[in-house]
Amino acid sequence: MAETLRRGAGPERRPPLILNASGCLDALTAPAVARSLDAFVTKTVTPLPRGGNPPVRIAETDVGLLNSIGLANLGIDAFLERQLPRLGELGVPLWVSVGGFAADGYAASCARLEGRPEVEALELNLSCPNVDGAAGTAAEIVLACRRVTAKPLYAKLSAATWDLGETARAVEAAGADGLSLVNTLRGLALDERTLQPRLGTALGGLSGPALRPVALAAVYACARVTTLPIVGMGGVARGRDALALLAAGASRVALGTVLFGDPQAPARIRAELAEEAALLGFRTPAEAVGAAHGREDGRSATLDQRLRSFPQNTCKLGTNEAVDRRS
Amino acid sequence: MLRRAALSVLGVEPVGPYTLLRLRRGAIRPGVPGQLFMLEAPGRLLPRPMSLCLAPPGELGFLIDPIGPGTRALACLEPGDELGVLGPLGHGFRLDVERPLLVGGGIGIAPLPYLSERLGHPPALVGFRSEWHAEAAALVPRAEVVVEPTLVTERLPEEPWDVLACGPEPMLRALRRLAPSAQLAWEAPMACGYGACYSCAVELDGEWQRLCVEGPVLSGGLR
Repeated sequence: MAETLRRGAGPERRPPLILNASGCLDALTAPAVARSLDAFVTKTVTPLPRGGNPPVRIAETDVGLLNSIGLANLGIDAFLERQLPRLGELGVPLWVSVGGFAADGYAASCARLEGRPEVEALELNLSCPNVDGAAGTAAEIVLACRRVTAKPLYAKLSAATWDLGETARAVEAAGADGLSLVNTLRGLALDERTLQPRLGTALGGLSGPALRPVALAAVYACARVTTLPIVGMGGVARGRDALALLAAGASRVALGTVLFGDPQAPARIRAELAEEAALLGFRTPAEAVGAAHGREDGRSATLDQRLRSFPQNTCKLGTNEAVDRRS
Repeated sequence: MLRRAALSVLGVEPVGPYTLLRLRRGAIRPGVPGQLFMLEAPGRLLPRPMSLCLAPPGELGFLIDPIGPGTRALACLEPGDELGVLGPLGHGFRLDVERPLLVGGGIGIAPLPYLSERLGHPPALVGFRSEWHAEAAALVPRAEVVVEPTLVTERLPEEPWDVLACGPEPMLRALRRLAPSAQLAWEAPMACGYGACYSCAVELDGEWQRLCVEGPVLSGGLR
């Protein structure tokens, strides 16, 4: 299983398990939070600077969070010159999220990042719901980037496609080294009094708890049709959410919305994940990767053993409330 | 360094339509007036940004306007409840001013009581939409109170005061015109409070400012 975790990311002493979702953290403003991750993923860098979308940029709903940040960033020139050297000093493996509006824009940024030793991996943001979509398909963009970089290349996909498995296979064939699943889904919230859109751009990207089953389905579906390592994300707030994504086939888990309310979430979720995995008889969380697909070979805890080891007589233990109290 | 701790509720008191939430101070420092704190809102996804209203020994007091699900959840807390508090965050008011005049509008008076204490109780000018809302003026020492339709900007003295203000955005924009060097505490919907999400960014004079990092207090619009 350790082999699975290492694939595509070069040799590592400890498999990086917990990352942040791109766009959810500014490591230069909150370095301690970034250092508490196994790898830090930057906000998406675009070829040109972007101020971002007009306020209001955020709206909490009962089931999740809508954002309309709009890929605010300094652009690749200022990123390389002013931000990357400082990010490199953080001492945490660095993934750069690359965005663009056409395949050649993505590729140009990847080419400029190729020679930078601070950068461990590149993630192509192929699915931001808050900007106009890039021209060209995900696979065309991956192919263009593959030609100019030897760094591990992750494709960040949205679950809002007709056949996500097809897209996953296509980006794999185009040379992607991994998948990041999932980006936010487009959503709308209206003010309860005026019935006007709460976000400045009306529509925004939905994240948080509402994404959990969507992310699980995406990871599960892609794990069945590709062998690419998967970074699973979408509403992870507790160790059991992370464990579920691993079981669905992710080898890493990324945190987003939860970081806003709890900047100490990485350490908490890492501890909860180990606890939840142990509760089910797994020696390590990594051993649970793919468990939902029914392949039991090589696991210390078979399905039967997991059933037996789950504490039946403590009805509270394992519920959300019990985990919340422990944290 | 971010500091987050679970603080216990000491009291929940009505102040006109507002609610004064009194917390045991615990490991959280009161910081500089105008800095913000992210208060865990029970049952909600995001914490809510609040400036500190009162800082008596061992306590932190927050004035809450219960207008939405998060602020209502905060106002419904009971003594003995615990909630996570992150802060203090961002930049508060500079206190090296010669002739301070505190100006507040509505729930924007929240940081003024603590600010008044730290500045030795300078004069204040506060405005509200109704007499009921104006009951909160009792929290601000030496406050001249106006109620709509009268606006605080109509009562701003001509002499060169150092204006320190918090209130609705139209009031702050009007104050910028009348007192260009005023220190103004701005507000925007905010998810994280520590510079991660970029949701509280506002464009002032062509520059994007994250209110939780560069603000919430900006001098003359720009720090």
